[in-house]
Amino acid sequence: MTTRRQFLKASAAVGGGLLVGFRLGAPETAMAAEGGDGSSEAAGGFQPNAWVEMHPDGRTMLTISGSEMGQGAMTVIPMMIAEELDLPWGAFDTRFAPADEAYSNPALGAQVTGGSATVRGFYTTLREVGAATREMLMQAAANRWGVPLSELRTEPGVVLHVATGRQAEYKTLVGDAAKLEPPENVFTKDRADFRIIGKPMKRLDSPQKVNGQAQFGMDARPGNVLMASVERCPVFGGKLKSVQAGKARKAANVEDVIELDYGVAVLARDWWSADQARKKLWIEWDEGELADLDDEAIDAQFRAGVTKYARPARTEGRGADALGSEANTLSATYRVPYLAHTTMEPMNATASVTEAGVTVWVPTQAPGSVQQVAAEIAGVSPEQVTVHTTFLGGGFGRRFETDFVREAVTLSKQAGRPVKVIYSRPDDVQHDFYRPAAYNELSATLGDDGLPVAWVHRIAGPSIWSRVAPGMVKDGIDPAAVEGAADHPYQIENIAVSYANVDPGIPVGFWRSVGHSHNAYIVESFLDELARRAEIDPVEYRRRLLKDDSRHIGVLERVAQMAGWGSDLPEGQAQGVALAKSFGSYCAEVAQVSIENGKPRVHKVFCAIDCGIAVNPAGVERQIHSAIAYGLTAALSGKITIKNGRVQEQNFHNYPALSIDQMPEVEISIVDSGQPPGGVGEPPLPPLAPAVVNALAALTGKPVRSLPIDLG
Amino acid sequence: MAKLTINGRSVSLEVADDMPLLWAIRDYIGLTGTKFGCGTGLCGACTVHVDGAATRSCITPIASVDGSEVTTIEGLSSGGDHPVQLAWVAEDAPQCGYCQSGQIMQAAALLADNPDPSDAEIDTAMKGNLCRCGTYNQIRAAIKHAARTDMAGNDGEEVSA
Ligand code: FES
Ligand code: FES
Repeated sequence: MTTRRQFLKASAAVGGGLLVGFRLGAPETAMAAEGGDGSSEAAGGFQPNAWVEMHPDGRTMLTISGSEMGQGAMTVIPMMIAEELDLPWGAFDTRFAPADEAYSNPALGAQVTGGSATVRGFYTTLREVGAATREMLMQAAANRWGVPLSELRTEPGVVLHVATGRQAEYKTLVGDAAKLEPPENVFTKDRADFRIIGKPMKRLDSPQKVNGQAQFGMDARPGNVLMASVERCPVFGGKLKSVQAGKARKAANVEDVIELDYGVAVLARDWWSADQARKKLWIEWDEGELADLDDEAIDAQFRAGVTKYARPARTEGRGADALGSEANTLSATYRVPYLAHTTMEPMNATASVTEAGVTVWVPTQAPGSVQQVAAEIAGVSPEQVTVHTTFLGGGFGRRFETDFVREAVTLSKQAGRPVKVIYSRPDDVQHDFYRPAAYNELSATLGDDGLPVAWVHRIAGPSIWSRVAPGMVKDGIDPAAVEGAADHPYQIENIAVSYANVDPGIPVGFWRSVGHSHNAYIVESFLDELARRAEIDPVEYRRRLLKDDSRHIGVLERVAQMAGWGSDLPEGQAQGVALAKSFGSYCAEVAQVSIENGKPRVHKVFCAIDCGIAVNPAGVERQIHSAIAYGLTAALSGKITIKNGRVQEQNFHNYPALSIDQMPEVEISIVDSGQPPGGVGEPPLPPLAPAVVNALAALTGKPVRSLPIDLG
Repeated sequence: MAKLTINGRSVSLEVADDMPLLWAIRDYIGLTGTKFGCGTGLCGACTVHVDGAATRSCITPIASVDGSEVTTIEGLSSGGDHPVQLAWVAEDAPQCGYCQSGQIMQAAALLADNPDPSDAEIDTAMKGNLCRCGTYNQIRAAIKHAARTDMAGNDGEEVSA
């Protein structure tokens, strides 16, 4: 998907206020259509996609262009606008953006929240919106007072003319400002002048999240809505052959039973009645081709394909030919399983299909895709689809998908009423788009100094981009499958990294930190194996391999210092270290671990991150806690088991989530490199698993070559 | 048919005896602050108070609470100013927020029984309330914050932890 170029645009709001947004397309055409009058809405029917809306009564509305899934978009987006607009902090309301290309994230080229891109993608755009709006307010004051713009400055909410002591509140200027053109060149502040960016700000959505008022997708209740519970073929790719639904139809509160290609939906006045009645369906499935698939068969496919289908992802020097004598070569096989996302809010969507169009209420990371999918199914144009993005009860990549939207729209269209689809927790676990499993063969030859002279990493596993956007796959390499493996930062003369796209048929999708979630574990664990073989301290080993890269070294040295690396620890505890760069940020972690009753216990995690300018340090810290908890859950217990083509896990009893008593203490240091912002939601996750297993290996002397960790 | 008091209001519900309290609250009474997370007592998202005790509403048949007083997150305080709610805001605890109604109801019940819980007591009381966003350290801090507020009768900031 590409975004058309965007141009700042201002216009008048109803009641004499100011709207600042973007217009799309070539400037010449747009200007011509509007007769050169940028403020005219009538000409060409232009409706700006406002980011900022200011009214004469003092109300200000800021548009939140990213989904709020816990990462703090609803706080950090206003911070970037308010900084440059010089808006008093908190003196505004917010709304979630509708589905509109104008709100595309510049880093992603689509209206998607993911890739840890909310801040790094919008950092320039939003500050420019704020700065342009401020300058227009100043220009309105300059015109009114007959003084040059250069003599004016602002304080939060006020334009000042220092020489004469005149001042005007923003709200008194918005009407005049709406008649002006936005400035062509926008000047944003120097970092030294920031009063909001870089300060730890409390979340703006906390009050409504502690009193039950925050509206999640689960809470959307259009009038006359029916609740749907859907029995889907348990085998991936299977189809409905036949169903006897008589008993379900007669069950209390049930209003309809609708057959789908791959399942049967029961619609009732309340979701529990629908879900109970669903158990009364008598279904025959055509289980399709995967009916015999299990973990052993999947592993066999990977093993058979890893060399056979290998395509080079990175080659340095002589590549694999440089592997030396067996005595100096270490080889290992690493495996990671499929993983479900288990967002706390199970998948759901609510749709109302009418003659006029479609309305969808949905917790989504991709409102644009929702609009497309709904339009396709309902047979209307995208403009006829209104998407209400609610709060998301977690995203983690799962809500990039639209399976639940398809279902809700299909069912509403057939039922002729609004329909809300809710996945039960077993539905959510068994019908996910999973973090890909991966099979990895590694070999490295050490030189006389103990450092690797050859590094060979062969990866086999399914490809996410092949389904989502095949154009992303070049020469057989899915960048998501090799990220963190092909581009590891260690300076080794001969490197060969290959990828074999082996797809057993289990649907795969983006999962917090994507390929980095497994490749950092594999690279950083194997690197520790080499360090142990060479009898060199793992921090020192990395330092020697990172010759000129100061940002990697910056976080590595900081975390070692924080953790007191190398000093005495309580009896039975050990530390492990790992390092990873992902989504524009550098992150090093030290995990302090012991073994209790044969199981790992993570006492403390030290984390040093260089994410460039930390726009909201409080948000950065919380995302680090969050990524550590998410990564630790996967490392300790995350595993999807396939048997007879079905997922065996169902709910938190056999697909557990970390609980408060397992949560390590977390100590954080933000390394200030002064660089533009990097991502934060994902980068602290990749180093977590390897830091933990490296600590365990220090205790047991044995590497942990598959996840979840099994010390048995 | 069940009669109960919910957030101080009496309601009678013409629903199946075995309908879980959670779905009666959400789909018939129309209060949506109480969340569905697992449906089997494994996550705590649906926690409410039944006669003051923290209860998993997803596995509580409506008939079993006939005549009881039920409090949901919406009824914990009138202005969102229960000490636990205030502490949650002060410690910036929520992320996605989906688990937080349940966390807060569980914590409020804990503090009502035990105004100054130790870390181990917090673990025991709270470990059935899952949070996929990993807000546990903030939740722990918020519980201690609320405990200080209650005991000192201040805003919780002045007594060091
Ligand atoms: S929904 Fe009740 S415990 Fe999970
Ligand atoms: S805040 Fe998201 S699950 Fe707890």
